[in-house]
Amino acid sequence: MAPETQNPKHGTQNPKPETSSILILGAKSDIARAIAHHYAQAGHPLYLAARNAARLEADVSDLKIRYGAEAQALEFDATAYESHAAFYAALDPQPEIVILVFGLLSEQEEADKDWAKAQAMLEANFVGAASILHPIANAMEARGQGTIVGISSVAGDRGRASNYHYGSAKAGFTALLSGLRNRLAKKGVHVLTVKPGFVDTAMTEGMDTPAPLTAKPEQVARDIAKAIKKRKNTLYTKWMWRYIMLIIKNIPEGIFKKLSL
Amino acid sequence: MSHSNWGNYPITDATEHRFQPGMNPSELNGYWIPRGMGRCYGDSSLGDSMLSILPLNRFLAFDETTGLLKAEAGVTYADLLETFVPKGWFPPVTPGTKFVSLGGAIASDVHGKNHHKEGSLSSHVRSFELLLADGRILHCSPTENAQLFEATLGGMGLTGMVLNVTLQMKPIETSLIALHSIKARNLDELMDLFEQYNHVTYSVAWIDCLSKGNKMGRSHLTVGEHASLEQIAGTKHAQNPLKLPPKKAIPIPIYFPNFALNNLTIKTFNFLYYNRQFKKEKKSFVPYEGFFYPLDMLLDWNRIYGKRGFTQYQFVIPPENGREGMREIMTRIAQKGLGSFLAVLKTFGPQDSMMGFPTKGYTLALDFPITKKLFPFLDELDELVASYGGRIYLTKDVRMKPEMLEQTYPRLGEFKALLKELDPQQRIRSMQSERLRIHE
Repeated sequence: MAPETQNPKHGTQNPKPETSSILILGAKSDIARAIAHHYAQAGHPLYLAARNAARLEADVSDLKIRYGAEAQALEFDATAYESHAAFYAALDPQPEIVILVFGLLSEQEEADKDWAKAQAMLEANFVGAASILHPIANAMEARGQGTIVGISSVAGDRGRASNYHYGSAKAGFTALLSGLRNRLAKKGVHVLTVKPGFVDTAMTEGMDTPAPLTAKPEQVARDIAKAIKKRKNTLYTKWMWRYIMLIIKNIPEGIFKKLSL
Repeated sequence: MSHSNWGNYPITDATEHRFQPGMNPSELNGYWIPRGMGRCYGDSSLGDSMLSILPLNRFLAFDETTGLLKAEAGVTYADLLETFVPKGWFPPVTPGTKFVSLGGAIASDVHGKNHHKEGSLSSHVRSFELLLADGRILHCSPTENAQLFEATLGGMGLTGMVLNVTLQMKPIETSLIALHSIKARNLDELMDLFEQYNHVTYSVAWIDCLSKGNKMGRSHLTVGEHASLEQIAGTKHAQNPLKLPPKKAIPIPIYFPNFALNNLTIKTFNFLYYNRQFKKEKKSFVPYEGFFYPLDMLLDWNRIYGKRGFTQYQFVIPPENGREGMREIMTRIAQKGLGSFLAVLKTFGPQDSMMGFPTKGYTLALDFPITKKLFPFLDELDELVASYGGRIYLTKDVRMKPEMLEQTYPRLGEFKALLKELDPQQRIRSMQSERLRIHE
């Protein structure tokens, strides 16, 4: 299938935002729910995908009652790799924007004792993401349009003792996204890497995170929507994490290995 | 982590868990208490560990023709208003802040300015699902698990955690209130006005609690109805009658120092507030926001009372003792000079529920900063309230003695027995329920 001719005056790259449909992968998380609310309010049709999709029915009715939004719950398992191509092909219409939110974080200490826990983090955060983005990237490339948003993490910017399995999987995911961006930029497909710092969600429950550095899921959703509109490459949210991570990345390894961060 | 409720007193170290579907509270360590927005004033939703309902905040079903709503219990009144006012529906009963969850509203069996006409929230809740301490989930309604249904409405979260609610909403034609405000020179005049305007759906009076003598009880009575389309025809509101009020809120960024509130500043405020309306009577159309939620426009207004914190004292006394009782209690407050800069008087219609606060009579609510002198004084007021056959509101309470509860809530024994039967280990406890020896 040849991409449509791209006449800047009749640009096909940016379909009217209110009508473009959005796929949210990992739709049960707090960040995903905030994103769904944001786009439902603006009138976008939504595909909400997660494991045990029956639990998403409450979200579907909620979005409909609050915003009159069209939403659909879909069964999706990030590590059921063989199902991914068919899952995506079955979406009709194909989504204009795909937002990959799913992620898995376990205690590092438990992962150190139990390989299965470490493996699960590597698989969900990296292999699962790479697997579902495979058919998506191909389809968007062929169409010559589309947006892929990946919620990675600042934890992927440098491996640390406190979460290196999670961090290394997210580092892989970040590299995957930058590779896809490099491949797809010329084809009219936008790839956005999102690196949240602390976010006030179920994932960080019980952690006493510093308030000025901790974002609310609603703020993360707003930042993402703005970055999609502006076709940004990488988004740190809250914004100061860009500079915090810049410092952390630049600490010489000889010193870094002795720190506990 | 340290937690407190709206009064910033007490502050306690506790663990807050987010409730997730499928969670079984019997797996929690120690005692726990359900928690919503933490807008009760004292220690009602504080405990060793607290289970937050806020992650459950979805609207599950709404019938546009009947106004019957099913919602998860972490939905707030702010959510309700934003979603349903534009569709022409209003919460049937609303407390004075929209920052409360439905679950919290049920635990408190909240009342509004319409109790004398439309009762408390309990009159409009059709059913709910309740998660018990042992993990069972029971459907409760006036016909199914009826005793539990009644005990949960006003039961301060002690029967279990409400997961979702079916509620009858109220139809409105506009988002405006047709308001009528009348000044009263003293308590007698105010009580007469309450009787005169008893037929109006919403009524509330602001009272100056520091004025004495023949000015004691000088006040503004405001009464209102949801404005009809006919009433606003031809005005600028007619184009978009169900418009939501603009979201403007002024944050209070810091805790005020303790000396900021003293008798002089409160007297000045009261003088200005009383005289803001020059004429005896005034009629107008106002957005619902300022009428129902005047203080929500000041975000974190509790900081005005400083870091020492504050409490609200709210009591009800039966109508037959109303004038005499109110006069005596207000005289004591004015004499003591422990000023409260917003005192609010309302009337209640008949109600007799197991633990719900409202009973027929007059209810007065006053804010007091926490000081050394305060609690002994409130103990004195308790005695007076009890002697007039009244009681105080558990949602505002932070210091009542167990004897006062025993004496003024006649169905307490029934409630205690039910709690023992539901949960023999009494795992659901709050700082308040332990303070009031509800589990003994």
